[in-house]
Amino acid sequence: MNMPFYVAPEQIMKDRADYARKGIARGKSLVAVTYRDGILLCAENVSNTLRKISEIYDRIAFAGVGKYNEFDQLRIAGVRHADLKGYAYSRQDVEARSLANQYAQILGQIFTHEMKPMEVEILVAEISDEAGTEQLFHILYDGTVNDESRWSVLGGEAEAISERLGDLHDADLDAAAALRAAVDALAGPERTLVADDLEVATLDRTLGRRCFRRLGIAEVDALLGQPRAASGEAPDGAAE
Amino acid sequence: MSLPLLRSLPTFGAGEDPGPSFTGLLAAAGLPADIGRPDAAGQGDLSGVAHGTTVVALRHRDGVVMAGDRRATAGNLISHRSIEKVYPAGRHAGVAIAGAAGPSMEMVRLFQLQLEHYEKVEGQPLSLDGQANQLSQMVRANLTSALRGLLVVPLFAGWDERRQCGRLFQYDVTGGRYEEQDYAAGGSGSLHAGTVVKLGFRPGLEPAAAADLAISALFQAADEDSATGGPDLVRGIFPVVVNIDADGYRRLEDPQVEERFRALLAALDADGGAAQSEGGSGGG
Repeated sequence: MNMPFYVAPEQIMKDRADYARKGIARGKSLVAVTYRDGILLCAENVSNTLRKISEIYDRIAFAGVGKYNEFDQLRIAGVRHADLKGYAYSRQDVEARSLANQYAQILGQIFTHEMKPMEVEILVAEISDEAGTEQLFHILYDGTVNDESRWSVLGGEAEAISERLGDLHDADLDAAAALRAAVDALAGPERTLVADDLEVATLDRTLGRRCFRRLGIAEVDALLGQPRAASGEAPDGAAE
Repeated sequence: MSLPLLRSLPTFGAGEDPGPSFTGLLAAAGLPADIGRPDAAGQGDLSGVAHGTTVVALRHRDGVVMAGDRRATAGNLISHRSIEKVYPAGRHAGVAIAGAAGPSMEMVRLFQLQLEHYEKVEGQPLSLDGQANQLSQMVRANLTSALRGLLVVPLFAGWDERRQCGRLFQYDVTGGRYEEQDYAAGGSGSLHAGTVVKLGFRPGLEPAAAADLAISALFQAADEDSATGGPDLVRGIFPVVVNIDADGYRRLEDPQVEERFRALLAALDADGGAAQSEGGSGGG
């Protein structure tokens, strides 16, 4: 009879966390920033079809980084959860907090019970009618939930990007300025990102019931084309 | 690796995954969708439930106009004066219902959710043909209830982004789907409403003229059919008129509809339409 080697639980958890973190760090990062009309989400993503940012419900968006098939599975489960809940109760009863808790449960359970943790970091973002009440639930591979209010950064270089965002962000920015801040923070001082490298969407409270809107390449180009200083009177690209 | 099946975050194994279908999801999650369940209608006399009546749809130069009156009747009584029978479905289509009000509204709600759910799960909207087909399946699933008196007969119209034109579909209780080239009408006043549209229809109508024609059709149907509600100037209740084109689904504001109705009434008055309606009510 051969006994398995004893491995301390701390070591097991550490190994799993390292594994997940490494997987996540291999991918590109994503930021979500609040702005005048809601929340703007911007990801570095060269693919035009495999999305990192998507719609969950009227006022709720989902974003994920890491392994695509894993966070996409979570995205679909979230859409199902939200639509079922809205059907069984009412549309206003669907909220990000409960969805974030569900995600945390599931990620935590997989982290402790399965062989392999999920190599993902996800974000559940929600807006309401009033400015300043945006909610950003940032959920890690092990089920840790962080409730952030002004911006959120997902992915490998989160700390550096977050630091850069701190200097650039202001909740009163318009869509163009918010996008500029997000892109500059993602790119850092040495790189320039163009519309082709980006996936951008907004949760915009001026849009009526379904607030989620994806911005096309041409639109992102137009927003990025504006000079940085002219954020005050810039035409609001999100409110067409 | 599959997610553990948690009750509140629905996840499925490869075999029982409902895909982008919301009704499939409802079934898989154990929530009953009453539409189409044979026992949903139960036993007994259901002629007393509220019925919605007349709806019309017609194509115009830029898309489609749909309109529906606001009355629901239960037998001889008016049960509601301001129900709505025309609803958005997806971003570029609308559905208008005639028949038993309760099941109709539930069907519309499920249909709307089905389209939105598909769009979110798949990442792109269902084609107009796909939407029309989905509605067909829902109407067919309701057949057993329809035979017990809970009839649901919708009209479906929308802007087809692939063909770049407005299209409209008529249904029968068996889920039969018939694409119409020019116009369609449904409900108890459909004979009169349909005739008015038929006489006034020309290919390539201006959107405004199409809206006027739909309004006129509902007015004439209300004149002949007791279950169809006309414009209610006292309470300020007017038919729902919507325009669907490349920009999407847009409902005309009530003041706009009122203005068009008043113009129609003025025109009828000038044509001696008053004499005609006197003749109509002379039998009482």
